[in-house]
Amino acid sequence: MPGVAGAERLLGEVEEAEAALREAAERELDGEASFDAVIAADQKIEPRDAMPDAYRAGLIRQIAQHAHSEIIGMQPEGNWISRAPSLRRKAILLAKVQDEAGHGLYLYAAAETLGVSRQELDTALLTGKQKYSSIFNYPTLSWADMGAIGWLVDGAAIVNQVPLCRCSYGPYARAMIRVCKEESFHQRQGYQSLYVLAQGTPAQRAMAQDAVDRWWYPSLAMFGPPDADSTHSAQSMAWKVKRFSNDELRQRFVDMCVPQAEILGLTLPDPDLTWNEQRGHYDYTAPDFEELMRVVKGDGPCNRQRMAHRNRAHEEGAWVREAAAAYAEKNRKAVA
Amino acid sequence: MSGLAERATTVDLLALGDDALIAAQRLAEWVSRAPTLEEDVALANIALDQLGAARMLLATAGDEDELAYRRDDRGFRNCLLAELPLGPGRGDLDFGWTMTWLLMLSAAQLLRYTDLAAGADEHAAGIGAKAVKESTYHLDHATQWMLRLGGGTEQSHRRVQEALDGLWPYGHELAEGIRDRWLALVEPVLAEAGLTRPADRWRPDGGRAGRHTEHLSFLLAEMQSLHRAHPGAQW
Repeated sequence: MPGVAGAERLLGEVEEAEAALREAAERELDGEASFDAVIAADQKIEPRDAMPDAYRAGLIRQIAQHAHSEIIGMQPEGNWISRAPSLRRKAILLAKVQDEAGHGLYLYAAAETLGVSRQELDTALLTGKQKYSSIFNYPTLSWADMGAIGWLVDGAAIVNQVPLCRCSYGPYARAMIRVCKEESFHQRQGYQSLYVLAQGTPAQRAMAQDAVDRWWYPSLAMFGPPDADSTHSAQSMAWKVKRFSNDELRQRFVDMCVPQAEILGLTLPDPDLTWNEQRGHYDYTAPDFEELMRVVKGDGPCNRQRMAHRNRAHEEGAWVREAAAAYAEKNRKAVA
Repeated sequence: MSGLAERATTVDLLALGDDALIAAQRLAEWVSRAPTLEEDVALANIALDQLGAARMLLATAGDEDELAYRRDDRGFRNCLLAELPLGPGRGDLDFGWTMTWLLMLSAAQLLRYTDLAAGADEHAAGIGAKAVKESTYHLDHATQWMLRLGGGTEQSHRRVQEALDGLWPYGHELAEGIRDRWLALVEPVLAEAGLTRPADRWRPDGGRAGRHTEHLSFLLAEMQSLHRAHPGAQW
């Protein structure tokens, strides 16, 4: 079983970011350095530091959306836990979905350092006020989707998230280092699982190709709209929250996937995918951004289903949360 | 399996393994549906422990996937409690039922794994020793929730008492042979939670002999569908 070419390099970047973080913590800035000076010196902004309102609001929006994505992302993969075709695969998938809940937890904690409460964040997800990644509004129709999601969706997430390990906001950067390390395990297991299918029976192979056909373009769309239409990008770059443009990251992802697909022996569903000697990159067909906008606005195949599921779980758990609160309150009074 | 003595041990291990496997399958239904995110993590963790124990136990009896995916319900040796829906009816998922079920199940598992750990078979003893630690945590988790639900609100008290009344009869088969020790673990929790220990009347059984409730074949139909659709395939 071959390794996931290119993934090791990304993991190396995570390690470098971690070292840089430690080093930055040891470099002392003079007394009360201004926000701009901290950013300019590549230091980290910490929760107690002064920061522009728009920086705070933008980070809350971004971290919350990321946390919500982890929570909603449990649904499409959770869909196959009960039917996993071997006990080993069942254990891996269950552990992976559990990791996603864990990622959600520490991302919510990172968002809370910016002065927003868990309850506010929960409400924002449940009411649709804040979004989650549109990729999770696509259905998981076969077991091979577990492999394709691991390889392509987690792969795209890693390409997006590795630069965030160097983000200027300390708690987010630290959370992302941990998330990226676990995501890289997720991607490896997905790739490995898909590899086994691609080498398997004709039916398994067809299942694997069908999954790649369905997940390729939605994965490309995960990097967001083209640079020309990206609303939050410029300021985000100046504040060193974002380090690369949407299109740069998308290109990086395509360049990584092509040789990986060759090793799998599966075809990426883009007849125009060709190496461009001059650019030193693969030329590829852009995803359908109109489709992306439709899904973002709520009209993807599973938006309603995902939101209804989350709301139902929240409502059905209300009596349990109330009981826990009432019990804690009684105990507090008993102690006092 | 060779020799009668060895078979006797294996049958016990298979029953324990089936309990853990079917329990894992049930617990995994909670993924993305728990009352809090923290509880989602905890329930998935307990499901993973159950699955891990099941795999080790099934491997002592044969090929884990053969056993999990190729047997019909008459071949399963799990107790009836393990296969029951985690709510009053098929398709239901109720947190009060789940915690009551986990209290009963993990208390019995703790005792059986403790016995396994003290047994002569070194390999089985190793499995038992690892599983004892996990069951201790599962029992503690269920206990904490029984106290919260029993002593929380009027509604939570009512719901968890209903669950207890519904599940209690299945404790007879679950704790067969270890009844007194099992009651010594479970009854103090119920008392502290302010719950009424139900009277002992109906004693449903048959799981250990492969006569199950109507629920198991549905659970297996879902669990085994993909594996059975591709005979001989590797995953």
